Amino acid sequence: MLGPASVWLALFFLAPMALVAQYSFATRELGVLRVVLPWTTQAYRSVLDPAFLPIFGRTVLYAGLTTVICLMLGFPLAWFIARHSGRWRSVLIAAVLIPFWSSFLARIYAWKALLDDSGFLFTDGAVVLGLSYGFLPFMVLPLYVACERMDYRQVEASYDLGHGRLSTFWHVVLPGVAPGVLAGSLLVFVPAAGDFVTPKLLGGVDQSTFGSVIDDQFRGGNNWPLGSAMAVVLLGLVAIVLVARGKRGEDVL
Amino acid sequence: MLVYAFLYLPIAWLALVSFNSSRSVSEFTGFSLQWYAELLDDERVLQALDLTLRLALTSAVVCAVIGTLAAFGLRRAFRGRSAWALVLTLPMVVPEVVMGVSLLAFCVKLAGIPLGFWALLVAHVSFSMSFVVVVVRARLSGMGPCLEEAAADLGAGPFTAFRTVTWPLVLPAVAAGAAFAFLLSFDDVVTSNYLGGVGSTTLPVYVYGQASKRGVSPEIVALSTGMVAVSAVLLVAGVAIASRRARRASSSVVEVVGVPQGG
Repeated sequence: MLGPASVWLALFFLAPMALVAQYSFATRELGVLRVVLPWTTQAYRSVLDPAFLPIFGRTVLYAGLTTVICLMLGFPLAWFIARHSGRWRSVLIAAVLIPFWSSFLARIYAWKALLDDSGFLFTDGAVVLGLSYGFLPFMVLPLYVACERMDYRQVEASYDLGHGRLSTFWHVVLPGVAPGVLAGSLLVFVPAAGDFVTPKLLGGVDQSTFGSVIDDQFRGGNNWPLGSAMAVVLLGLVAIVLVARGKRGEDVL
Repeated sequence: MLVYAFLYLPIAWLALVSFNSSRSVSEFTGFSLQWYAELLDDERVLQALDLTLRLALTSAVVCAVIGTLAAFGLRRAFRGRSAWALVLTLPMVVPEVVMGVSLLAFCVKLAGIPLGFWALLVAHVSFSMSFVVVVVRARLSGMGPCLEEAAADLGAGPFTAFRTVTWPLVLPAVAAGAAFAFLLSFDDVVTSNYLGGVGSTTLPVYVYGQASKRGVSPEIVALSTGMVAVSAVLLVAGVAIASRRARRASSSVVEVVGVPQGG
């Protein structure tokens, strides 16, 4: 029964990835849209070139800031929902699910329209704002699951034992919801690092990120080996985050 | 509550502007449906809508069939099951741009699949299938073997037990998974951007093209509002059905329509 899905993914998911990995070691032939072997690491040397450093740094900074903002906005909301019960809770969750499943593009476009003529468009701030807005629901849902699973009596016990709000948050709540924090951060950081829709719509030339540079390499047919190498580096980043998540986040995500 | 305002105000504002009678997005001059009327007159938009709907429906059906089969296949314990499960959920964590460019290279250079409907279908099924697997697996593991064992004890053969006990219990999850697959395909812009080719533009790709080329235009505002509305209507219907079911079966809403809890 696993057959059809396995064959599909092997053909249309794993094989393409392997092809890109192979391309990342190829050289491009100028003029025509062809990549040729022999194997070289030229594309990777370009990625690690100091000229690329600002793009890399900017991508990590955007994705990191977005993750932090989503955590700060998402945690109170997730806690708020988890403290309700019954019909109210369903309504509150649905209100997070609607943006979660709505067109990301349309929601980013809303900001483009909203910020039009404001002078704030095409700045770093606009891109981080857009990313945070776009990915906030991805943070709220796993955090909510973690908050809901937490036994609220632990918080009450902590108060009874004389801990203040801050101390309770730090020693009781945070360790309790840590798997949700990890899962949510993963769900926000990875797509935020790879996204090119937001920097393209809300950012200018100086806001290009890893995702948008990969896009440029492939769409213009500019340099497929370089784009492939960057895709492999991005996959490496995903792998690192997945391994770092380790066992702890597994039951939530 | 403030966070809800942050989530909804931009969408609400977008909807408001889409009903504006003037081209301006900054001042509201009166209510009008003219931008929606213009969309319905636009041949490119209608063609894109047609392609998007055909694609989303086909993708949802394919995903539901092979995703459900895979979820059932993962039910028994066997050597290497967790590795299989991991591979089946991998497309959920790979950045879309990577999937898009790798399938572009694959279709154009290796497999010779022409860009257009079939290339788009291949991509959409690949990134949506995992969601069906995860949702159906969650349902299967949530319901446990008791009911089917009871059916067998009462003399039902394996086929009858499946048809009268297992399938009715799993069906809502299959439907939810298919609905997710539909929405994912309906909204996808990143991979479709690479695989559409000339003449096969999906609605989100059309919006993206217009949005990145020109400034803000009221037609695109109306189109974006329409896209959010489709997702919202599908979701509210889904949540309403799920919460009614949840009250009957005392399972949580999130379990039925909520977070894809795999990964």
